[in-house]
Amino acid sequence: MSDSSTSSAAPETLLKTPMHALHLELGARMVPFAGYSMPVQYPAGLMAEHHHTRQASGLFDVSHMGQLRLVGAEAAAALESLIPVDVIDLPAGKQRYGLLLNDEGGIIDDLMFFNRDYANGGDLFVIVNGACKVGDIAHIQAKIGSRCQVIPMPEMALLALQGPQAVTALQRLAPGVEKLVFMTGGRFTVAGCDCFLTRSGYTGEDGFEISVHGSQAETLARALLAQPEVKPIGLGARNSLRLEAGLCLYGNDIDTTTTPVEASLNWAMQKVRRTGGARAGGFPGADKILAQLADPATLARKRVGLVALERVPVRDHTELQATDGTSIGEVTSGLLGPTINQPVAMGYVKPEFAALGTRVNAIVRGKAVPMEVAAMPFVPTRYYRG
Amino acid sequence: MTVKYTEDHEWLKIEGDTATVGITVHAQDALGDVVFVDLPAVGTSFAQKETAGVVESVKAAADVYMPVSGEVTAINEALKDDPSLANSDPMGAGWFFKIKLSDPSQLDALMDETRYTAFAA
Repeated sequence: MSDSSTSSAAPETLLKTPMHALHLELGARMVPFAGYSMPVQYPAGLMAEHHHTRQASGLFDVSHMGQLRLVGAEAAAALESLIPVDVIDLPAGKQRYGLLLNDEGGIIDDLMFFNRDYANGGDLFVIVNGACKVGDIAHIQAKIGSRCQVIPMPEMALLALQGPQAVTALQRLAPGVEKLVFMTGGRFTVAGCDCFLTRSGYTGEDGFEISVHGSQAETLARALLAQPEVKPIGLGARNSLRLEAGLCLYGNDIDTTTTPVEASLNWAMQKVRRTGGARAGGFPGADKILAQLADPATLARKRVGLVALERVPVRDHTELQATDGTSIGEVTSGLLGPTINQPVAMGYVKPEFAALGTRVNAIVRGKAVPMEVAAMPFVPTRYYRG
Repeated sequence: MTVKYTEDHEWLKIEGDTATVGITVHAQDALGDVVFVDLPAVGTSFAQKETAGVVESVKAAADVYMPVSGEVTAINEALKDDPSLANSDPMGAGWFFKIKLSDPSQLDALMDETRYTAFAA
């Protein structure tokens, strides 16, 4: 037996998050991820951790992700010049999803941004992917550094508390968090730690992401883990949870060769930035993206959800074929979804195969595994909207 | 009955000219929760070290190699319905397949339990 998907790297070259010692104390299996030594699973195991997050609450260390602040009255207008998203009209106190684009309309990274009242001396608080953060910050600095201050926050850790009982656990430590709704947030003191937290996440569940100074991260994590609902969850379950929720993993499901329209992320591009909108275009690759929106027939491929009709896991890079054997695309993420208890995947297919219910075949070790194009999320999301 | 181990973390229980094959406790622990086992067809012959199947957890897929040359005479149908047997009882109810040995001398180069325990540590 040989494990074909575990990569190895010299441990001494890896960065450590402020929770590293705690992970080891909890018995985590550490793997290299985005340049960091990160917990892939704890002794409970991926499956148990996945189910615990869906049923109670899981604590994730996502401190490898990049946090930065955009400061200045022009911060929103400046960020709008980099992403096809309505930043200017986002009210203070709210969060939104965005996509950094290159000049060809390809996705440099996906990100979350939060309006911490930048217009009145606050900032736009931005969270980007760990593996992309160095390049993202350089890109943002180069493109809009003259219009606003771009301030990386390497001193900050990021924790995610996810699951239907996350609010129960967190409000015990920080009364008032229960009043937040999905994609809002604020400053709270949690177990004596100064936190900026948002009601959002990457699992499809209700929950919070908590930005805290690295020097307080372990104290905060221990206080959260002391709550009866909360257990530590590794990157393995984070991946199965996000895939069931239909959420893209940068580097697998989206990258610089995919546009937001090909990636079926049209929902992330508000009308005001589209043709006919008050601030149409004005972002990198706008000509191409607006043309793709106007005429979806021009798309070469489209991201879809897929469910296997046999109990065979279908992994990334698996070829997809039409039932006549013609190659039509490739799987970009796939695994046996622990909650749906079926093999699920996302991948790109030619647009004529993108309709829900379309039958395709995945070629797994030379054998055709029948799959059906399916709606995402695969597991209903349970965001708290008040 | 003799038990031998391979460097690919598989075990063989040898009875005469047949052997039962599975993955070791160490292997199932490294893989995590097994969700799928793809086994060879009964009657198929393989050379030593040829890929005879696949074992998958949620996070990883691993090839199952033929530990010695031979013909597959039986497969563990119970793994289709309950792949987690490979985790809960890897040396027993979680066996993968049985083979008829075509070259029993290949067994001599495999490890006994003492050597495997040191190898896997």
